[in-house]
Amino acid sequence: MDKIETEVDDSNFQKKVIEASKKVPVVVDFWAVWCGPCYILSSIIGKLANEYKGKFVLAKLNVDKNPRITKEYQIMSIPSVKMFKDGKVIDEFVGAVPEHVMKEWLDKNL
Amino acid sequence: MLTEEYDVIIVGGAPAGLTAAMYTARRMLHTLVLTKDIGGQAILSKHVCNYPGFLNVSGPVLMKRFQKQAERYGAEIIFDEVKQIVPEAMEYSVKTPTKEFRTKAIILAFGKTSRRLNIPGEDKFQGRGISYCASCDAPLYKNKTVAVVGGGNSALDASLLLSEVARKVYLIHRRDEFRGFEAFVEEVKKKKNIEFVLSSIMTEIKGDNVVRGILVKNLKTNETNEIAVDGVFVEIGYDVEPDMIRGLVKLDQYNQIVVNEKCQTLYPDKNEIRPGIFAAGDATNVLFKQIVVAAGEGAKAGLQVYNYLHGVKDSQIVSDWTKK
Repeated sequence: MDKIETEVDDSNFQKKVIEASKKVPVVVDFWAVWCGPCYILSSIIGKLANEYKGKFVLAKLNVDKNPRITKEYQIMSIPSVKMFKDGKVIDEFVGAVPEHVMKEWLDKNL
Repeated sequence: MLTEEYDVIIVGGAPAGLTAAMYTARRMLHTLVLTKDIGGQAILSKHVCNYPGFLNVSGPVLMKRFQKQAERYGAEIIFDEVKQIVPEAMEYSVKTPTKEFRTKAIILAFGKTSRRLNIPGEDKFQGRGISYCASCDAPLYKNKTVAVVGGGNSALDASLLLSEVARKVYLIHRRDEFRGFEAFVEEVKKKKNIEFVLSSIMTEIKGDNVVRGILVKNLKTNETNEIAVDGVFVEIGYDVEPDMIRGLVKLDQYNQIVVNEKCQTLYPDKNEIRPGIFAAGDATNVLFKQIVVAAGEGAKAGLQVYNYLHGVKDSQIVSDWTKK
């Protein structure tokens, strides 16, 4: 089975997100070290990834180090979260949200 | 539904709430912090230079330390959103969307949230060129053109930050002078790539799938112009979101919680103290929205809760260092 949480970058995004999402949904967390709210979201989403035990893969992309994908997906605010299924974005949101909101979002889309 | 019982529940996990939690936990009170985030507005500051003991510290780092210190003494933190507080005989029931907690005392310390522009395009372009967090999003606007709206310290701070990365920054403010610190204003004036658009308001945000421009109306001439921008940073201040506490405690004309010098709240319809509910920080009518002020008020609220739970009537607060 794929890892529950993984780091992705410009070079492996196609394989680890686009291709992988054809088997199991991939939730991409776009973040950066300078972004305070990213840490809050990151701890909530990481906890949920463990709770959901492989129902989705959490992929973390550092926007600072990966300008190509950041530009391609027009990331203009972080934290930004997108769910990929069958190689496409099916839903997304921006900003840190409470755990129950994140859960509702996952349940709606998984 | 699960019901857990606490001595004190603190609503909000920013400077006031986390300091209160540290004080109540150190007094061995069973303490829960219910919060949507850690650090509130403070976490959005890249440089905090006026918190004593730190020459320059980033908001996230400082707030992480507040959190660790509260947890170290046993405060429990749950990331959840309080929806309702129901008074019951000598107790309160605190409800989130999924859980219910019982507590003997409450400290309201949920701060303020970013004020919105409420103009056409604002909802449509959320995350597509509109930002409420310059420290998060400024680096994503390298060599782009952006507009900052507002006239206070946060607008000036955002303009300075953006001027380092963006090609051009328009600073749009409805008055012809700024409310922020003079030192800040002077620094902004020195920047060649910041252009002032004063006595003006933004009336619409335009674009296709991302922001492409804004409409700006000059209040003196009534003329409206379109400015091409890639991003809009909203820094027009903060509001208390009072829905959860309306009918519970007294609010002032700005929806801030009215407190006395002991951080006690009042009933909404009379000038009588509401026992068991305390408040601290930016959500209250205490002057000066500063991290150090919020932390100080949080400490006061924590100590007052201790006195309240021990039935100390109108007494002096016992100093914290007497506790071993």
